[in-house]
Amino acid sequence: MPASVPLRLLYFAGLRERLGAAGEEVALPAGIATVGALMAWQRGRGPAHAAAFAADSRVRCAVNQEFAQADQPVGAGDEVAFFPPMTGG
Amino acid sequence: MATVRVQLADFDVGAEMAALVSGRPDIGGIGCFVGIVRDGAGDHPIAAMTLEHYPGMTERAMARIAAEAERRWALLGCTLIHRVGRLAPGENIVLVLASSAHRQAALDATAFLIDWLKTRAPFWKKESFSDGGEAWVAARESDEDAADRWGGR
Repeated sequence: MPASVPLRLLYFAGLRERLGAAGEEVALPAGIATVGALMAWQRGRGPAHAAAFAADSRVRCAVNQEFAQADQPVGAGDEVAFFPPMTGG
Repeated sequence: MATVRVQLADFDVGAEMAALVSGRPDIGGIGCFVGIVRDGAGDHPIAAMTLEHYPGMTERAMARIAAEAERRWALLGCTLIHRVGRLAPGENIVLVLASSAHRQAALDATAFLIDWLKTRAPFWKKESFSDGGEAWVAARESDEDAADRWGGR
């Protein structure tokens, strides 16, 4: 997938409210190739993002609707969701 | 063969049980768990609970949890229904049914299914309190422990 294809980012629950957005499309930031790197990039976007994605925030991630760990690759065209620990049932 | 649904509407436990056993004379029992919205138990009463999910991924995660139960126990069908949207105290939230030839598999699979559903399917609960405030429900370690006791991932 060419890098010009955007990355689709989704936010749920408390994280969506903190960031004030349910989702956005961004160009894949240069040098970002994993979930962990994408979260570090999020922390650098401003105070709200820094707080929401703080290292102790317990934010979870899914890539293309599959649960993903920090070492999971991400690329242009992927759907990457960030959300708090789940509280169903 | 699992039935998995996410829906706004209430469910009918009797109708879901009837659908599960229909045409299956090999079923000897059904385990059943119904989750209901509590009133907040006194100190901070709630007016409503709002359930959010991740359309698409949630259904996939639920189907995977059901498949894992079917791999671990000799089930003859199971049903997972989770409601979303704004629910008042006393309303149903979630239904788990697991059927088998014998009770142990049905009961154990039911416990497994609700334990994993609480922590391994993308749902989030927000409480709206009677005095006007709102708060997202924090994930509880005891729920993680309950899910972890079954092992695996």
